[in-house]
Amino acid sequence: MRHLATAAALVAAALVTTSCSLVGGDDDGSDGGGDGGKRVVLVTHESFVMSDELQQQFEKESGYDLVIRASGDAGALTNKLVLTKDDPTGDAVFGIDNTFGSRAIDEGVLAPYDAKLPEGAADYALPGDDEHDLTPVDTGNVCVNVDDTWFADHGVPEPQTLDDLTQPAYRDLFVTPGATTSSPGLAFLLATIAEYGDDGWQDYWTRLMDNGAELTQGWSDAYEVDFTQGGGGGDRPIVLSYDSSPAFTVDGQGGTTTSALLDTCFRQIEYAGVLAGADNPEGAQALVDFMVSRPFQEALPEAMYVFPVDAGAALPADWASFAKQPDDAYSLDPADIAEHREEWLRDWSDVTSR
Amino acid sequence: MTARRLLTLAGLALGPVLVLAVFFVLPVSGMVGRGFVVDGRFDPGGVVEVLGRPRTHRVLWFTVWSAGLATLASVLLGLPAAYVLYRLSFPGRLVLRALLLVPFVLPTVVVGVAFRLLINDSGPLGPLGLDGTPVAIIAGLTFFNVAVVIRAVGIAWESLDPRPGEAAAALGASPAQVFRTVTLPALRPALVGAASVVFLFCATSFGVVLTLGGLRYSSVETEIYLLTTQLLDLPAAAALSILQLLAITALLLLVGRLRASPDPTVERRTARPRRPRRPDVVPVALTVLVLALVAAPILTLVVGSLRADDAWTLANYQRLTTVGDGNALLVPVTDALVISLRTAVDATWMALLLGGLISVVVSRRSLTGGERRLRGALDGFFMLPLGVSAVTLGFGFLITLDRPPLSLRDSPLLVPVAQALVALPLVVRTLVPVLTGIDDRQRQAAASLGAGPLRAFATVDLPLVWRPLVAAAGFAFAVSLGEFGATSFLARDEHPTLPVVIYQLIGRPGGENFGMALSASVVLAATTAIVVLVVDRFGGRSLGTV
Repeated sequence: MRHLATAAALVAAALVTTSCSLVGGDDDGSDGGGDGGKRVVLVTHESFVMSDELQQQFEKESGYDLVIRASGDAGALTNKLVLTKDDPTGDAVFGIDNTFGSRAIDEGVLAPYDAKLPEGAADYALPGDDEHDLTPVDTGNVCVNVDDTWFADHGVPEPQTLDDLTQPAYRDLFVTPGATTSSPGLAFLLATIAEYGDDGWQDYWTRLMDNGAELTQGWSDAYEVDFTQGGGGGDRPIVLSYDSSPAFTVDGQGGTTTSALLDTCFRQIEYAGVLAGADNPEGAQALVDFMVSRPFQEALPEAMYVFPVDAGAALPADWASFAKQPDDAYSLDPADIAEHREEWLRDWSDVTSR
Repeated sequence: MTARRLLTLAGLALGPVLVLAVFFVLPVSGMVGRGFVVDGRFDPGGVVEVLGRPRTHRVLWFTVWSAGLATLASVLLGLPAAYVLYRLSFPGRLVLRALLLVPFVLPTVVVGVAFRLLINDSGPLGPLGLDGTPVAIIAGLTFFNVAVVIRAVGIAWESLDPRPGEAAAALGASPAQVFRTVTLPALRPALVGAASVVFLFCATSFGVVLTLGGLRYSSVETEIYLLTTQLLDLPAAAALSILQLLAITALLLLVGRLRASPDPTVERRTARPRRPRRPDVVPVALTVLVLALVAAPILTLVVGSLRADDAWTLANYQRLTTVGDGNALLVPVTDALVISLRTAVDATWMALLLGGLISVVVSRRSLTGGERRLRGALDGFFMLPLGVSAVTLGFGFLITLDRPPLSLRDSPLLVPVAQALVALPLVVRTLVPVLTGIDDRQRQAAASLGAGPLRAFATVDLPLVWRPLVAAAGFAFAVSLGEFGATSFLARDEHPTLPVVIYQLIGRPGGENFGMALSASVVLAATTAIVVLVVDRFGGRSLGTV
């Protein structure tokens, strides 16, 4: 009988802790329905970050409670929105990028909203988005990065172009995340397609793989494990990363140990928008407006490692010195990407797994 | 009498079946159903075409053989370790048991990094050339799953009556003969159950295959991920989901045959663990090997977490109360730990409640063949969530649980329920072998002495099932703490769990975030070890009062 008593006590204890955890999940007003007018729900990807101060500022200025629902990457985010377009899971979205933008627009996921853009932001509008479904918020470039100290120590000249990576001098030195599993990996594939054309890129990748390029699942694997300047001290001095990465390898003596090769970059742009069928379209519009406002724009580099679209926004000191943006990055027509994505990824898988 | 029996059992099964119908059958069939509808019309052509692709066959074959080999390795290494840790008495065995469960909860993304720090060309095991090979994938899968075999088989072994073995030995059987003819058949239900669970975990593993295989290998799971989240090719994803379901059903049918339980009318008496002797040297050596396999990547993590700027430091741990370098996170790591623990409490009681009911229903002796088959089907039904892609389930939740009376899409219940579904088969597999082993005549005796069904359960079943129940709770808690696949699709609002936060940290530039990801993983590992240790001690003491 003692067991029965112990079991009963355990069940009771579990129930008590539970009710506090389940209630705890609810008490900030995140339960659905009812007061739909008072809160605005932002659907976004898992890399989204917005500081407490900015969240409070938005809530105070707009009068809405902000709920952030973050999960998956940009692709998963877009595809979830497509699948739930008849009954969206939120009011606003952030994080659809220029490689997935035309799918979101074609599927009718978004409601038009012509936000008032800061200076310079109009340059980043998605080509073909005539209804103003998407508002540009941030931009960054995916570029090949090199370890300057390694090349200085070994007396090897640094590579400059995509073509250089296939030269014997750089054999077994390059590591990149794969195009099928990583969004910077996909951007790099698109850069090579922009450079070598629809018929030539397969040949380039064959040469690149023959020259000992290594593929990893994600960016963190490539940079932290295999790159010579990463956390794990790997053995490859050329890695695919971002144009802002050199700002994170400052040596404390007024310099940085890595640099981005500005002739190898593909431009990524992230957009925000109002979801079609939102419970609270006014709140969603207010949130989109807030994202292109000065405070949010100036917080972007520190929060999400990207550049603001607002030409007047100030950059952090390390960024101003070390994060150089290319003047002329590769890009592809979004409609072209939407049309060929599947075919390109399949071909890429075939070429690289040979 | 029979009708009433069946009615009672149906009543017990009703709750769990309803839960599974709403949170598994509905979402998965909703997602698969979308694959059959093209432009608003029913068109199975796309699905059929994908099933015929050579790539599909290649992916399926790789999944089967890599998961099969990893399961075999887990069993071969887990069996001796189960013996040493559950039948031999030596100081520190409870601590070792708890430590061995640690890999099970570590996020694959972190373990992937830890493994690759060991085996890539510049790592300590670099000369072996394992990076990007199937050997690395199988070693990684074994690392994650060997704990399942050790724990499930160890618990069965612990409550095994030693006298038949002693009798055989007295009649002149060698230790090997005793093991083959007495011990192994008695352990078979637990062994087969654990192996089938491990196979399902391996076959649906996502991160290990991609990280350690260098993208050269695709499994059914990685293919579904690519097709659903990147390409939105729903017919192809549906085809692979159907393949998954068919493969699991075949596996479960096979397992059901192999799992025939031992004769329960044999009286059981638990042996006291004894001191190691000379013949134990082989299992002890193999256990040391398992410990080394498990410890190496964990040590890599611990060392990495204590390093910053080329010096030894606790800075990575001090940063856990912050949101990271330049606000890398929405909540501090310590908050995420609290959220993880609360969620795990919920998931554990859900899994125990549902799993307990199912176990009782499944383990009662059947009077007719039809009844037995029905119980077998029910048993298999609750294994299904382990074998189906987390992507399919996660997307399925979104499109099917969106309108009344099932508008649960945004409910805070969703994460613990999803985790409980993953833990459920482990709970059932731990409880059923013990419950089946109880002689029904004891219950009948209790009934004839005037005990009602509840009283009979409390006096006959509960004392025997107490220790496995506590062990199952530890298992479920660990599963919930480490669950990433389904949780990452569901993590709601500002409430991410610890594995989700670790995943965010490791994907960010900046050495501080990398260090924080490592130290957060160590905290997750330590939390798990402590919880399991406490649970084990608690379970051990109460058995002493039987």
